[in-house]
Amino acid sequence: MTMLLEPAEAAPAPETVIEVPRSIDPALPISDKVFFVVAKGIGISVLVIMGAIGVFLGLQSIPTFRRYGFSFFTESSWQPENDVLGIAAVLVGTFTVALVAMLIAFPLALSAALYISEYAAPKVKSFLISMVDLMAAIPSIVWGLWGFFLLQPKAIHVAHWLHTHLGWIPFFHVDTDPNAAPWAQSRYAASAFIAGIAVSMMVLPMAAAVMRQVFSQAPIGEREAALALGSTRWGMIRTVVLPFGRGGIIGGTMLSLGRALGETIAVVLIISPAFDIKFRPLEIGTSTVSALIAGRFGEATSAQLSALLTAGFVLFVITLIINTLAATIVARSRSGANAD
Amino acid sequence: MTTTIEAPDGDSGDAPVSAAAVTAPGSPEDYPGTVTGGYAVVLSPGLPGSAPYDSAQNVTTMSPEGLGDVLPHVPHVPTAAEGGYASDFVRSVRNPNAPEHVGPDLPRALSSRTQDETLSFCGSLAGSFAVVWLISTQIMPFTGRVGFVLLWFVAFVAMYAGVTAMANPRTVVVDRVAGAVVRAGAIMVFGALLSAIVFTFLRGAEALVHINFFTEDMAGVRPTSSLDHGGILHAVVGSLIEIGIAVLFALPLGVGTAVYMNEVGGPFSRVVRTVVEAMTALPSIVAGLFIYTVLIVTLGISRTGIAATAAIFVMMLPIIARASDVVLRVMPAGLREASLALGASKWQTVRMVVLPTVRSGLATALILGIARGVGETSPVLLTSGASTFMNTDPFNEPMNSLPLFVFSAVRSGEPLFIARGFGAASVLLMLVLLLFVITRFLARQKVGSR
Repeated sequence: MTMLLEPAEAAPAPETVIEVPRSIDPALPISDKVFFVVAKGIGISVLVIMGAIGVFLGLQSIPTFRRYGFSFFTESSWQPENDVLGIAAVLVGTFTVALVAMLIAFPLALSAALYISEYAAPKVKSFLISMVDLMAAIPSIVWGLWGFFLLQPKAIHVAHWLHTHLGWIPFFHVDTDPNAAPWAQSRYAASAFIAGIAVSMMVLPMAAAVMRQVFSQAPIGEREAALALGSTRWGMIRTVVLPFGRGGIIGGTMLSLGRALGETIAVVLIISPAFDIKFRPLEIGTSTVSALIAGRFGEATSAQLSALLTAGFVLFVITLIINTLAATIVARSRSGANAD
Repeated sequence: MTTTIEAPDGDSGDAPVSAAAVTAPGSPEDYPGTVTGGYAVVLSPGLPGSAPYDSAQNVTTMSPEGLGDVLPHVPHVPTAAEGGYASDFVRSVRNPNAPEHVGPDLPRALSSRTQDETLSFCGSLAGSFAVVWLISTQIMPFTGRVGFVLLWFVAFVAMYAGVTAMANPRTVVVDRVAGAVVRAGAIMVFGALLSAIVFTFLRGAEALVHINFFTEDMAGVRPTSSLDHGGILHAVVGSLIEIGIAVLFALPLGVGTAVYMNEVGGPFSRVVRTVVEAMTALPSIVAGLFIYTVLIVTLGISRTGIAATAAIFVMMLPIIARASDVVLRVMPAGLREASLALGASKWQTVRMVVLPTVRSGLATALILGIARGVGETSPVLLTSGASTFMNTDPFNEPMNSLPLFVFSAVRSGEPLFIARGFGAASVLLMLVLLLFVITRFLARQKVGSR
């Protein structure tokens, strides 16, 4: 700097000037130092709290795995008094409930998202968006009450109808005679089907919100190009919006699947616990990992508690894998949005 | 767009020169005739809206709505920022009721809903109803209204497609069927939401009409006691105490973590972010079981409000941290860089620029997180124990909370307790609705949001 500014003075005696470069690394003000330390302290403490849970769950699982080995995953009954424990049935039940929930939530969330982003009048659009947010904020116990008291008396008729006319498909089979004069209503109640409907209402807004957000980012130029070429509204949606939003559709669905797997209270309220492996969602009785925990934690001894924690850990690992995949897919679709 | 209107020569000042620059709001103080940041339109003589040239009023500033009055052929094109899209634009052109057509030069009416469309819709609706009624009552009897509506919809879609196909090409048939399916799905979603809210309040009304429901606790209330006795004050107070303490800890830690991840950064922050995102996958029942095992079984603390608070805290912390992180991440980087370029320190930037900018977004995310925490039953189910009496001390004795009260009341099977459960669920729903209205109010305050 000195050389550049004052070349005339520096030129006669260049060897006498000792150039010391100015430090361009400014000293941090004290407020910044405090800020960095405090922020890092908060980060570390949150990391410790969160990490401790994961580590604790993992450590607690070791004795269970050592004791029961791989049969923990293949044994279906949960009889701690006989030292027979396994989560095969509850895992199947968890996935059955989640499958029913997703079969209902996916088309509904997709059409709600499409309706909000493509069909709704601009005036009601923001209102509908906040309605989806409100739906996400409705407590799960309210959906449980809704499912148990309002839905169940009606849904058993749908289940009976499905069984009567589609009963030859194993998925819709119920172990009773559908044509008996007074058909056995109780055989259709408290099933994975009804619990799945209640869970679908809980996870639907999450999927709809992600999908709507991705749809609304679809490039306006391509939308207008499709319409200008004479496309119908659905033609535009099919050729522009849906291909663009594919990542959001998949990611949003998987995010809500992760939540559906862990849902507890609505399932506990509706189902009647049963520990057999079956793929008959219309039939009474099923169990999920979370319902198992909620039902059995009270009388559990420390060994059983560790088995319950292991079941919870398995559930956590499954939802973690699904959420991570979903987040990756959504992030990839978003990065595509920026490139346009 | 910049349009400069040249003033005519002085000797022709009495000639009616129609020059009107229509500017978007926000630039009224701009130099007359030079419009930046909005759109400027110069009219040719003879069109409506032309006015005799006046040197004092050579520029007419109008709102975008006024533009439609001046220019019948230039409808206001909604920009992406206004939430408008191509389909809305097309509809606004087609719709004869749109406000753009005022003026002598009326545009051709391009109704999006033709008579064919209206008639085939109504006809299919009536026809499918008749068919399904016939099937369900005469040929293939089954009971249940839900099944009837589902079947009606299927029959309607089939009939609508058939009727449309008689006079329209295949693309129109597909368009109408898809539109009907999407609309029906949306109606079902919002119908389910409405039914859940209305149903809860209707069933809860029985208990809500009693004043003592809000002023008493359940101490000494027998299962057969009428609704004149007992109330849920203890559950409301317990819920507020538990969520209050949990938020007191989760809020600074969650927001602080988000600030750390976004404003301080570094390789370690990526570890924190990974772990926080992973823990959002933690099912709430597992969070409750963790606290139950650690605090109650291992450390021997009895079931108290503080245990429930810890469970809610563990469940809410990753949610709040994640939501704040998302809000902070979408903040425009330019603001932050401008502040740093002006010489502000990191802390000054965070305090004066970052946090005020994201305030409303942050508040929305946080209150939704709180609404989620207050309504979650499974963590408190395992940890707090259900008291029947008023307890304001979170460290001793069990403490009830609203979701737990609803759960245990409904599980008891007693009709009067179920009524109380619905009453408590209505109160819980009101609490969530109140929080939600607050978020809408905060979100509407645009001050500092951008």
